[in-house]
Amino acid sequence: MSQTLDMPGRDPVLRRKRKKFSWDKTSAILTLVPSLILLGVFVYGFIGWTGWVSTTAWNSIIPDFASVGLRNFKIIFSTFRFQSDLRNMVVFTALFIALCLVIGIALALLIDQKIRAESLFRSLYLFPMAISSVATGVVWSWLLNPTTGVNLILKSLGLNHLPEWFLSTRILPGTPLGQIEIALPLALLAVLIAAVWQMSGFAMAVYLAGLRGIPEELKEAARIDGAGPWRTFWSVVLPQLKGTTTTIIIILTAASLKVFGLIYAMTGPGQDFVTDMPSMNMFDTTYQGNQFAEGAAIAIVMLILIAIFIIPYLISTLKQGEEA
Amino acid sequence: MAMRRFNKYLLYVVLTVIALFYLMPVYVVLVTSFKNDAEVSLSQMWWLPHLWSISAIGAAWHQLAPNFGNSFYLAISATILASAFGSVNGYALSKWKFKGANVVFFLILFGMFIPYQSVLIPLLRVLNTIGLYNTIPGLILIHTVYGIPICTLIFRNFYASIPHDIIESAQIDGTGYWGIFRFIILPLSISGFVVAGIWEFTQVWNNFLFAVAVTNPPNQPVTVALVNIAGSQTVPFNELMASALIASIPTLVVYILLGKYFVRGLLAGSVKG
Repeated sequence: MSQTLDMPGRDPVLRRKRKKFSWDKTSAILTLVPSLILLGVFVYGFIGWTGWVSTTAWNSIIPDFASVGLRNFKIIFSTFRFQSDLRNMVVFTALFIALCLVIGIALALLIDQKIRAESLFRSLYLFPMAISSVATGVVWSWLLNPTTGVNLILKSLGLNHLPEWFLSTRILPGTPLGQIEIALPLALLAVLIAAVWQMSGFAMAVYLAGLRGIPEELKEAARIDGAGPWRTFWSVVLPQLKGTTTTIIIILTAASLKVFGLIYAMTGPGQDFVTDMPSMNMFDTTYQGNQFAEGAAIAIVMLILIAIFIIPYLISTLKQGEEA
Repeated sequence: MAMRRFNKYLLYVVLTVIALFYLMPVYVVLVTSFKNDAEVSLSQMWWLPHLWSISAIGAAWHQLAPNFGNSFYLAISATILASAFGSVNGYALSKWKFKGANVVFFLILFGMFIPYQSVLIPLLRVLNTIGLYNTIPGLILIHTVYGIPICTLIFRNFYASIPHDIIESAQIDGTGYWGIFRFIILPLSISGFVVAGIWEFTQVWNNFLFAVAVTNPPNQPVTVALVNIAGSQTVPFNELMASALIASIPTLVVYILLGKYFVRGLLAGSVKG
């Protein structure tokens, strides 16, 4: 490209080409304008608007745009419900990601053994991703209903103390902090099972693609050096999958912080908000409670939490793509 | 040799047991959907029906059919529009690396990660103002706009694999920007459209937040209708499971027929720059 630019502009073909080049680049930029306007309004404009609403007094059905500064944020952070949300979100996200990573890599390694039915098994582990979170929630809430479903099987296996699943209100082990107890609400485990069922296949598929990208020579070299399968996995394969793991963690974190349909269909906020999430709280506060400014404040907190993960990730992947 | 064969056998056993766990909900949905009202008892939920009956599926379909139609209208329209935007954007971003292209790409991409709660309040007010609140066209607009980032990403990565030489030689022949798109890029785009289309269709069909925020009966997509059925205490379990089945069939069929492309969309969604 720079070659043509450096050439003296005598040759008519090349001169025409050079001129056309810049005109075409202008066309490329113009092509993007409609999308940039749409996203400028629907993403950045609306986020700004929501941010502004979060600083107003609009907490009834009649809009009131008097500025109250950060009062709405102070209010939501002081409520039992939002504190519970944050606890649930952190506990849920940590467990969700840990389980998806472990199951994902295990499935990917099991499948990546040059077996004949590979694509069949891969499809079976991945199909839940094609199903809506609400259908998933409806079905799993029946499977994990304390009086039926999985508990029937556990009972027939001779278990006496059957789990209450999402109806449980216990929080283990329970360390008080502020108004809430910092620990794992047992009811979240039921949601967690459904969420892992739905998304672990994603981790598997990305890991599988990552495994395929590891040069065979690397594993070969380890084998020649006398490393067994475990040693090869820990010292060769896993370090090579670092980037893949980061990708999975980021995408699943974003998904987990946004989880909505699954909770809505499965448990709702739950008793004492044991299964509540910021996404549910925002929806209820805004559209059931008409507390628009407080709802906006919750939405902004959600956005900031996700942006903390996503922005550095996007910047670094785009930089990598540029260098490649 | 015998050891290896045993290992392989063990591997299949393990894979099958795990597969059964993943299929467990499907089993329960299917056997429950095919039971008649008399046979649905909680204690027998794991048993096959004595008498296979389609009465529950019929009843569920009767209730869901209008919403099913709404979802089709919504998902197909939004998929076509978002893919069209994605295709021209991907072409501009991958084949004409102008200054600042990466910044533009970043600004587009960020839109796919935001929690949509952070745009919901203004969105509903704007839809109300322009008369699209509680309409399927309103939802089509929403899903088209918020589908642009992922579709742009898919097409940008897809077009990156088309060699630049083809475009340069077309330029020397005097073909312009849109000519190259129309006669060179578009004919090579079919599998790109399949990947983007499948991904977008699945996302829109399965979406719940926008659907529940924007629409009331009878304009609700099938996901909202399913939650309404689940929430009413009067619907028997066979009908509820049949409803979940019906709401899931289109995306499942697409997945079964075109799973390979689904995986490509999924991998593209994890932003490999």
